Amino acid sequence: MNIQDPANPPLKDKDYASNQEVRWCAGCGDYAIIKAVQKTLAAVGAKKENTVFVSGIGCSSRFPYYIDSYGFHGIHGRAPAIASGTLLANPDLDVWVITGDGDGLSIGGNHLLHILRRNFNCQILLFNNGTYALTKGQYSPTSLKGQRSPSSPMGVIDPPLEPAQFAIGAGARFVARAIDTQQKQLVDILTQAYHHQGAAFVEIFQNCVVFNDGMTESFAAKSTASDAQVMLEEGKPLTFGKNGERALKCDPGKLNLKVYDVGGEEDDGHCEILHDPSNRTLAFLLAQLELPDQPLATGIIYNDPSPSYEVETYKQIEQAQENSQRRRMNDVLKQGFTWTI
Amino acid sequence: MSSELCFTELDAEAPDSAVVRFAGDSGDGIQVLGSQFGLANAMAGNDIATFPDYPSEVRAPAGSTYGVSAFQIQFGGRNIRTIGDAADVLIALNPAALKVNLDELNPGSLIVVDEDAFTTRFLQKAGYEESPLESGELDGYRVIRIGISKLTLAAVSDLEVTKKEAQRCKNFWALGFTFWLFNRNRGATISWLQKKFAAKPHIAEANIAALNAGHAYGETMEASHEINPCNIRSAEMEPGTYRMVTGSQAAAWGLAAAAELCGRRLGFCSYPITPATPILHHLATLKDLGVVTFQAEDEIAAMCSAIGCSYGGALGATATSGPGMALKTEAIGLAVMAELPVVIINSQRAGPSTGLPTKTEQSDLYQAVYGRNGDTPVPVIAARSPSDCFDATVEAARIAVTYMTPVIMLMDGFLGNAAEPWQIPDMDKLKPIDTAHNVPRDEERPFHRNSKTLARDWVSPGRPGLEHRIGGLERDILSGNVSYDPENHQRMSQIRFDKVHNLTKDLPPLNVEQGELWDELAVVGWGSTYGPISRAVMNMRAKGYSVAHVHLRYMYPFPKNQCKVLSTFDRLLVPEMNMGQLVSVMRDADCPPAEGMPKVTGRPFTIAEIEAAIAARLEVKS
Repeated sequence: MNIQDPANPPLKDKDYASNQEVRWCAGCGDYAIIKAVQKTLAAVGAKKENTVFVSGIGCSSRFPYYIDSYGFHGIHGRAPAIASGTLLANPDLDVWVITGDGDGLSIGGNHLLHILRRNFNCQILLFNNGTYALTKGQYSPTSLKGQRSPSSPMGVIDPPLEPAQFAIGAGARFVARAIDTQQKQLVDILTQAYHHQGAAFVEIFQNCVVFNDGMTESFAAKSTASDAQVMLEEGKPLTFGKNGERALKCDPGKLNLKVYDVGGEEDDGHCEILHDPSNRTLAFLLAQLELPDQPLATGIIYNDPSPSYEVETYKQIEQAQENSQRRRMNDVLKQGFTWTI
Repeated sequence: MSSELCFTELDAEAPDSAVVRFAGDSGDGIQVLGSQFGLANAMAGNDIATFPDYPSEVRAPAGSTYGVSAFQIQFGGRNIRTIGDAADVLIALNPAALKVNLDELNPGSLIVVDEDAFTTRFLQKAGYEESPLESGELDGYRVIRIGISKLTLAAVSDLEVTKKEAQRCKNFWALGFTFWLFNRNRGATISWLQKKFAAKPHIAEANIAALNAGHAYGETMEASHEINPCNIRSAEMEPGTYRMVTGSQAAAWGLAAAAELCGRRLGFCSYPITPATPILHHLATLKDLGVVTFQAEDEIAAMCSAIGCSYGGALGATATSGPGMALKTEAIGLAVMAELPVVIINSQRAGPSTGLPTKTEQSDLYQAVYGRNGDTPVPVIAARSPSDCFDATVEAARIAVTYMTPVIMLMDGFLGNAAEPWQIPDMDKLKPIDTAHNVPRDEERPFHRNSKTLARDWVSPGRPGLEHRIGGLERDILSGNVSYDPENHQRMSQIRFDKVHNLTKDLPPLNVEQGELWDELAVVGWGSTYGPISRAVMNMRAKGYSVAHVHLRYMYPFPKNQCKVLSTFDRLLVPEMNMGQLVSVMRDADCPPAEGMPKVTGRPFTIAEIEAAIAARLEVKS
């Protein structure tokens, strides 16, 4: 986001809802996400007129229609490019990019890569439901091996892409992972994403009740969540389990993270790790944790701000203007070799 | 065309024009040599046209035929419309340069060769078994053999330069000699060298010494009566301040000028592609004017970010060539649907697919006019000369902003790289681009539409009270909300169609460039064929043929009177650098049937080709 005065008078969650009827399926995880976004907008005091939601194509990309702000429902995969242009024209805007696993990682993979690398000042929410829902359930780049779908009747044979690893690899400076049903954590992440200067990437696991129901069950259900997730908090140890009975520490022999029992034999005080979001190596290790033997890392995996693209663009313009006498095209046209007849 | 010019006779009458071709190795500095010669002629009062002809390889092996770089210039005392069908003088700096350029010459041309480069090794590299200087192969030409390489080294021997630096002065020695051939002043080149090498004065000094030595060598030839310099007539140019401009430069400046004229920032988003890339290079140097340039990750992103720029309130623009246009197509449709102004420049090259990237063609007309999914009308205009790329671009922007639509400006690789003198326009005298008509009023809805132009308001984020959602889905005509209503889609499709077709009300009527309505034959052209058609029609009219020249700027939609104007001629002939696209686009618009004259060799039409086509279709009027 960009630093600006909050909305005055302050707005409530519901004030950010547009007059359009929401058309997601009953029970869709998107409802929880839009609620969290509206809560975040209210909490940070976002101004409607300065807020722009840009999306591509897919269920998630209908999002802008349901928020009472400026919105641009673009074409498949290209939201990052539209958002980049919008920010180049007006760097004072608060831009949110809404995409999905198909839109952002398949057809739009190139644009997602580059908006992250360039570090345009925006929030990028990737709704990951592991399926192409709008086109009726084909497998997506994040579908797991073996997943059956109309286009993979015998099961998916290509290995899945892991969004957080992709984002860190692309050079993103803020990478977080959230789950639709974990409202409190989601709002907290979105708030921090909003305040981050530069591209903030948030993968949000989102349950598709129609085509991929239960995708998040193994790590997000009430019964499994505490054992299956390490919820990251800055400066805190990487503990998980109902009573924090397990934790992650560094395995120096393997340059890896390993699970140990708190108070157990391996709890020897060596190689303990406190979560440091500015540590990119740790971020990679956390993003790579894989169920079922390891917990899934949720929360802010990486956060290490660096200058954003549009700010650098305007810095160059200012610098060029300082070093130049030219102000108008008349000055340009008359410069160089000319002759008069 | 006369090829002897007047090098043989003293006090010969000054010819109207001359065509000189410089050729050498990629590393020989041929382009600098050519453009400096061009500038000197322009400053001496000639009208000129120049074209660089360089290899697509970045640095092909020295001495190879595919590494030859050439530069052709026509200059003279009348309006110069083309670079000339064939050259009167060839300056060849090695055997390969001679070999590949020999068929670009008029019979009897003057050939100046660097004799020192005709070594066994370079002859072999050029594919000569025997030196063409000895074999009799050049018998029909006047050949001047000069040891340019050694004379260059001798000229700079007293100066503090390395051997390599000394060798690199060869092009300026050749330039000095060419200046002598045409009695041209060295002053401008000397000051250019001093400025260019201000940080390395010894390089400037060496090049100036070589330039002077080449010139002095000519004077000694004159003294021994071997050859005389030839004066070319000056042109009567309209008074004003001039500069040389290429099509790419003019297009880039046109975009920046258009942004200034409509009071918006220019947001230029582009992906490198031959031959459009120089437009990005030129604009990237205009940051001090507030121009934002963005080298996107691909053609699609370039188009989408240009749309984003316009959405954000800047004037969004992009430039590309055919294959890039293909990739941008879906996003152009989005700009139509979202009703946002974007200027899209297509510097056409020979296709299909990758085609011949460095060769010119006009084969993207169908693509521009028809190439999108759905009913997606987009105005298309075409530039006719290098400097006209400025006017055509400003006009494309004017239409885009006035009608809130993407507009395609067609130019081509030839126009992009060719240069001509340009009377510098005064920005204060250009008509501002009025954006007041589509500035949203507070009390109005974000989807308000101008009843006259049918353009919707240009509503950018940041404006309180007008928050709205827009996108590629069909929307309700009034509320702007997504609508699947059948009647609404019919109405919205009609509006998109009418908006672009209403434009014909504002277009200037089609004029006949040369000749009269009711002439027997009209040669109908568009884009860069302007030069050769214009000269050929002028020549043929002088011989008594009843032939006219009509040249189109508005490719879609056509001006209202176009078909009527064309119906006055008995026959229509359409020379175009494609397989006949305009012929069928005209048929589609119910214009009278026309005969196509396709040429897809990657080279522009010659005047002679068009003259022959006219002669084959008409008898001379008595």
